[in-house]
Amino acid sequence: MATTVDKPADLEQRGDHLRRASSGNGGHRGLVPAEGRLPSVEDRSPAASTGIWVGLTAISMTFAALTSALVVRQGASTDWQRFTLPSVLYFDTCILLASSITLELSRRRFAAALGGLRGSASAAASWLYLTFVLGMVFVAGQYVAWLQLRHQGMYLSTNPSSSFFYVLTAAHALHVLGGLGGLILVVYRMSKSTLRRSTLDIASRYWHFMDVLWIYLFLLLWFKM
Amino acid sequence: MHEASAHAVHQHAAPTSFIRKYVFSLDHKVIGKQYYALALIAVLTGMVLSWLMRLHLGWVNLKIPGLHLLSASGAPGDVMTPEYYLQLMTMHGTIMVFFVLTTAPFAAFGNYFLPIQVGAEDMPFPRFNMMSFWVTFTAFLVLVSSFFVGDGPTLAGWTQYAPLSAVGAVAGPGQGMGEVLWASAIAIFCVGQLLGSLNFITTTLDMRTKGMSLWRLPLTAWGWFITSVMGLTAFAVLMPACILLILDHVAGTSFFVASNLVLNDQLQPHSGGSTLLWQHLFWFFGHPEVYIAIVPGMGVVSHVLIANMRRPMLSHRVIVYSMGALAVLSYMVYGHHMFVSGMNPFSSLAFSFPTLVITIPSTILVLIWIGSLYGSKLRINSASLFALGFISLFISGGVSGFFLAQPSIDIMLHATYFVVGHFHLVMAVAAIFGIFAGTYFWFPKVTGRMMNETLGKVHFWLTFVGAYCIFMPFHYLGIAGNVRRYQAFVDDYLVGLIPLHRFITVAALITGVVQLIFLYNLIHSGFRGEKAPLNPWQATSLEWSTPSSPPPFDNFGGRHVVVYHDPYQYGIEGATDDYVMQDSPAQIQSVRDEK
Amino acid sequence: MGKILAVTIILIAVLSAVPIVMHTWVAPADVSVHGHLIDEQMAETMVEAGIAFLAGQILLGLFIWKFSDVKPGARIRNFPGGAMGLVIGAFLLVGTEVLALGVFGVKAWSEVYFTPPAANAIPIQVQAGQFAFYFRYPGADGKFGPIHPELINEGTQNLFGLDQDHDPASKDDIVTAEMAIPVNHEIHLLMHTKDVGHSFYVPALRVQQDFVPGLDVALHFTATKVGKYEIVCTQLCGLGHYNMKAYLEVMSQADFDNWLKQQAANQ
Repeated sequence: MATTVDKPADLEQRGDHLRRASSGNGGHRGLVPAEGRLPSVEDRSPAASTGIWVGLTAISMTFAALTSALVVRQGASTDWQRFTLPSVLYFDTCILLASSITLELSRRRFAAALGGLRGSASAAASWLYLTFVLGMVFVAGQYVAWLQLRHQGMYLSTNPSSSFFYVLTAAHALHVLGGLGGLILVVYRMSKSTLRRSTLDIASRYWHFMDVLWIYLFLLLWFKM
Repeated sequence: MHEASAHAVHQHAAPTSFIRKYVFSLDHKVIGKQYYALALIAVLTGMVLSWLMRLHLGWVNLKIPGLHLLSASGAPGDVMTPEYYLQLMTMHGTIMVFFVLTTAPFAAFGNYFLPIQVGAEDMPFPRFNMMSFWVTFTAFLVLVSSFFVGDGPTLAGWTQYAPLSAVGAVAGPGQGMGEVLWASAIAIFCVGQLLGSLNFITTTLDMRTKGMSLWRLPLTAWGWFITSVMGLTAFAVLMPACILLILDHVAGTSFFVASNLVLNDQLQPHSGGSTLLWQHLFWFFGHPEVYIAIVPGMGVVSHVLIANMRRPMLSHRVIVYSMGALAVLSYMVYGHHMFVSGMNPFSSLAFSFPTLVITIPSTILVLIWIGSLYGSKLRINSASLFALGFISLFISGGVSGFFLAQPSIDIMLHATYFVVGHFHLVMAVAAIFGIFAGTYFWFPKVTGRMMNETLGKVHFWLTFVGAYCIFMPFHYLGIAGNVRRYQAFVDDYLVGLIPLHRFITVAALITGVVQLIFLYNLIHSGFRGEKAPLNPWQATSLEWSTPSSPPPFDNFGGRHVVVYHDPYQYGIEGATDDYVMQDSPAQIQSVRDEK
Repeated sequence: MGKILAVTIILIAVLSAVPIVMHTWVAPADVSVHGHLIDEQMAETMVEAGIAFLAGQILLGLFIWKFSDVKPGARIRNFPGGAMGLVIGAFLLVGTEVLALGVFGVKAWSEVYFTPPAANAIPIQVQAGQFAFYFRYPGADGKFGPIHPELINEGTQNLFGLDQDHDPASKDDIVTAEMAIPVNHEIHLLMHTKDVGHSFYVPALRVQQDFVPGLDVALHFTATKVGKYEIVCTQLCGLGHYNMKAYLEVMSQADFDNWLKQQAANQ
């Protein structure tokens, strides 16, 4: 029978074991020493960070499923009808890209503000409002795209290509709306000065992912339709 | 007093109002109990549905008193119509798979015990957690409402193959509103599960207390973690599939419905859709789903057995790796549900190989469990009886997989009772035994009272023997070519099998009634059971370190738990007891399981 | 009680095996050319699965017997060879066994799916629909006329949607409700579904194949024994699924020729 002495208090020797683990320290991921005081409120919540990756994984799987449905459906029959992508989509893409840039600017200004740089806090808020506005413009632009498509006579059930167009853009827009909801939360907290840096970080991560996802979808639509 | 105020998790104060305490609770323990209650309601519903099905299969013209009250059109004069059989069958499968097998082992036990076992106060997103329960509950209501609409629930089976499921009411009773309700309910269910997975994954990765490295997690935690990763990826695929199905149904799209279909002499308007697309999407979810149903049970059974064998598993890591291997492989095997579906026969061969390979981690698990019994000090009680029963049932159910994994044999056994026997043994029985084992084991911690041991043992014996009496004959029926999903056996070659069906029906009814013993025990012990000691099984994992049973609101009463040991320190030499709790600072010569 | 459990487990295992060993419930006798490959595969698997099943349950029972109710002073011991031994055992025994089954099973599968139909195979089309099978023989011209779904009419019994006025190939097509085939003569079955998914299952012929809406699937097989068999639907297709069947009559070549002539006359 294997017996080895297990030195229970020997956490120092096992320290690297702990460091490698993402937690094992009450969720404080090595930012907090085993004994010691916690730093200020801003830089914690690794759970939220993990959480956002978990959420993005689920969203990726959903769009992967829709992509494979598209590919299979296109191959199943010869009825795939190509159409011109609504021109507003090019504009929408630029808007969304711009919103990512403005969000990044906001995030960096906020980090600077936390670090004590004066004037950054209001800059952060301004860029954030702009991001929100751009996001709304994007969603409105998607609606315009649907109107443009209907103008071409392509409705949801007209053709599998249009079906997928509506489903993919609607699914994406829905998730963008969710992101806008998150931004509202961020704006609210920023106005009350209770915003944690990590909250803004994960909100931006989600938003940038929506951007990347859109680029992917845009290319998919462009090649397939 | 530790720095609880700055602790990442301490996001919500103890609730005071009734609504906040028992209804819209953020406490993972309450949410776990809510899931358990939902699973209990669901399993009773599903079981009654199965009785109705079995009665009809044994005696096709039987008048079942009161059935016309459930559905006047489905059971005129209390005799079940063919379509109503299929509708009941569809609801039986759907309720059992989603609301019992995905809910109880994972969401119920996992929500209650995962945070405690990692040493946390709660999960990191309590509001999402609460939402996940209420979303799941909503899904259940939407699903069950289909019993009470128009011509009843959908009849297309829990697998809902297109185009039967997608063309609409013209395909048959229940295919109108019933179908839309089914697809909506399941899409809603997916959302609930995704929220749940979010919490489980972040709890496991980020909320472990000091000293709790990943390898020090108990096997139950590993089971729930692995399951939550599967759930995240599988349910995220089922959801869009259900949405596409709804669109085909109500919006005139043709994702799944091919051209030139003629129902009731009417040419259907759809065109170009792919029948097999639905099957691919569904089974990509469907196969991981069955592992979602069983892996938590494997964790629970391991955990319960270890406490009752007074030794850790022969290899802790091998169990973890095997469960992980099952999870990974589960995505590669899904085509074995489609061997004769008309998909490319080369694909069938391709899918059969990982399906055969998946027997290896399953076998390893069984061998480790059995091998760990060797040289152990096995205690027999209700919990351990169900855990041991799980192993026997898993062997039985698993072995029939050898047949179904081979496309050539599947030619004979596909869509027969052999398949039904296989999945009932592993899911309906083995997974349920995992739930029972967990219940008997953790009841003292959740309620502070012991369940009645005598009743537990009677429950075990009758259920164990009864379950085999019901489901072993399914394999014989399958070998004889008995097709499944038939409401009656009118074919010449099937008529002779009806006596065996009647035997099964009787066994099913008896075994079903026996479950009332469990229900009584559960409820009665909850109020009048003998008061339980804090650690009645002398077990080592953190849930047995809570200062009270049930645990206080924040699980450890303000104590910042520190973990010093691997989770299963049993068989200690020279110690007063033969075990050391995970958070005990005692430094003694301890048994290290073989890595 | 541990000992009782051990005995129960082993008893259940042995009793479960009895009907298998005694062949109490068996598949209908094989009347196909390729069926023996499937049956051999099945027998092989049954032996291996049976051994695994019995060994597993007996070992489980034995250990429960031996290690429950042990003396309080007993020491915990490890299984000889430990976990590694069992892992290696699993790979070697089960792993190689199942892979062998997989590899050998390819032969039976190929026989059905990777061999082309014989040049003289008789083409027969089967159409599945809620809730019956109908069959079509190509007639003297050896060609099937096109199907016009919009013409399908149960009322006028235009089951295949044929336009015999405008499609010459349809004129001599023979539509029947029963399937008859000559013995020892390969059949090339063209499978088509009118509405939802169905499946074509004849246990005695060792064939089962789903119909796929939107896709034409084909099968070929040869019957070796005269007799009457049932074709049953195995893919849930609606309320009449349980009743959806047709008879398959395997006849001598002479009887088949007569039958076909008679069916042609009845069109």
